[in-house]
Amino acid sequence: MTTYAEKNTAITGVGMSEVSRGATKSALALTVDAAMAAIRDAGLTRAEIDGIATWPGEQANASGFSAVGCAALQDALRLKVGWYAGGGEAPGQYGAVFNAIGAIAAGLCRNALIFRTMYEATARKTAFANSLLKTGERQSGPFAWYAPYYTYAASLQQALFFNLYVHKSGIRPEQVAQVPINQRRNAGLNPNAVYRTPITLEDYLASPLIATPLRLYDCDVPCDGAVAIIVSRMDVARTLRNPPVRIEAIGSSMQYRNSWTQLDALDTQAQPKVAEMMWSRTDLRPADVDIAQLYDGFTYHTLNWLENFGFCERYGAKDFIEGGRRIALEGELPVNTGGGALSGGRLHAYGAVHEACTQLWGRGGARQVKGDPQVCATSTAGGPLAGAMLLVRD
Amino acid sequence: MKTPPAPARTLPAIDNDNRAYWTGGEHGRLMICRCGHCGYYVHPPVPFCPQCESSDVAPEPVSGRGRIASFTVNHKVWVPGLAAPYVLALVALDEQEDVRLVCNITHCDPDAVRFDMPVVVWFENHEDLWVPFFRPVEQAA
Repeated sequence: MTTYAEKNTAITGVGMSEVSRGATKSALALTVDAAMAAIRDAGLTRAEIDGIATWPGEQANASGFSAVGCAALQDALRLKVGWYAGGGEAPGQYGAVFNAIGAIAAGLCRNALIFRTMYEATARKTAFANSLLKTGERQSGPFAWYAPYYTYAASLQQALFFNLYVHKSGIRPEQVAQVPINQRRNAGLNPNAVYRTPITLEDYLASPLIATPLRLYDCDVPCDGAVAIIVSRMDVARTLRNPPVRIEAIGSSMQYRNSWTQLDALDTQAQPKVAEMMWSRTDLRPADVDIAQLYDGFTYHTLNWLENFGFCERYGAKDFIEGGRRIALEGELPVNTGGGALSGGRLHAYGAVHEACTQLWGRGGARQVKGDPQVCATSTAGGPLAGAMLLVRD
Repeated sequence: MKTPPAPARTLPAIDNDNRAYWTGGEHGRLMICRCGHCGYYVHPPVPFCPQCESSDVAPEPVSGRGRIASFTVNHKVWVPGLAAPYVLALVALDEQEDVRLVCNITHCDPDAVRFDMPVVVWFENHEDLWVPFFRPVEQAA
């Protein structure tokens, strides 16, 4: 029988800095806050952290997209590690977790500190940091194919794919709206969320069109903040203070052409194969999932993931989310229970892992899902890169 | 008040593989790499055929006709002088569906753009390059 390395690992602690639309602390200070919170939450000390990983690693530019890398945090905490890695070419943001699973299996570390730091709110106060185009410079790499066509932002580029999804699925704006409305309701119960005032269907329909079909409320919220998680080898995890949140299965494949424009399935993106891989590594099925933290860089990613994980059939998300009852905290599949990136802040899929553990450990306070949830499906990214994890609390 | 000029178009860096695509428009040609052995179009261009492993791959002119695989109508004015709305699209070439080209659709009301609409290439000179754009194929009267 095949042994999957992820089954010998578990999340043992999580930490989150303050999250805001403009921090007084530096990006590194926020990262230290999140890291120390996670280490202490696991009941570990700095001396016991022997691995460190992030995605995509430090980017020394003004965008705030990844202001802190392994080296800066390692030095700030004076960690002594046997293994470290930061790099962007991976199955989405969860690449750092998947690398840590491999490192633990290889005997390179036992307790890996994994983090993601965003400083985009501050960055955008001083520059048009969202721009994918560098004025006055010739564009290299895959984005060069978009360069001459005024493709200023990810929202515009990705709207190309979402519009096809609308065309094929027939989803209506009033149906899409249930995703941001539900998440804002959840954020209202989350003291650390960025936007907490409820929104209505009328608010959604009145929010500015960015690029059809995307409205402002379909887009996540740039923020300043950091999340850290500790991934431990299972035998270590069982000695620590929190019940292990086991990494039951992962999806990390690249089965399609790794190009936004040449993807086999333009509207569903690379995620179907990634979800398929995750389900192939576990006996659990979609019906066993208690809660879902689904990537929501844009609302359409969340709709895609509902279908790709098999919570509903292809193009069935519109019916699944109709009226918002199924995905609400009281529903059959509570989705993005802390407000997600749309309302909680764009912590780029690590906010989702933090929220997954918060719920699985029963720490959700006013937003805690009833019935002692034990199984969470979580996912990240879209387009040609995507990653998925199934988390199970012992 | 003066109207700000239209923002400059960011241009691609040119290498041996993509030069023909971005310069063929000088002679009115849309140049796409094609395998001389099996006829497969290879895009983005690289001198290797993923179908038959031949290295006999070189740019050749195509019809310049295709269909709109997907599109979006941009409404946000991202920088001063940007004329919105405008259409960003992916055009699937008539010769081979999985050759999809990013472009703007021009000469057409943005609200009139449709999925699968037949379009044809035209070129605009920017510095040393000829940037491909697409416009709807004129309907016969």
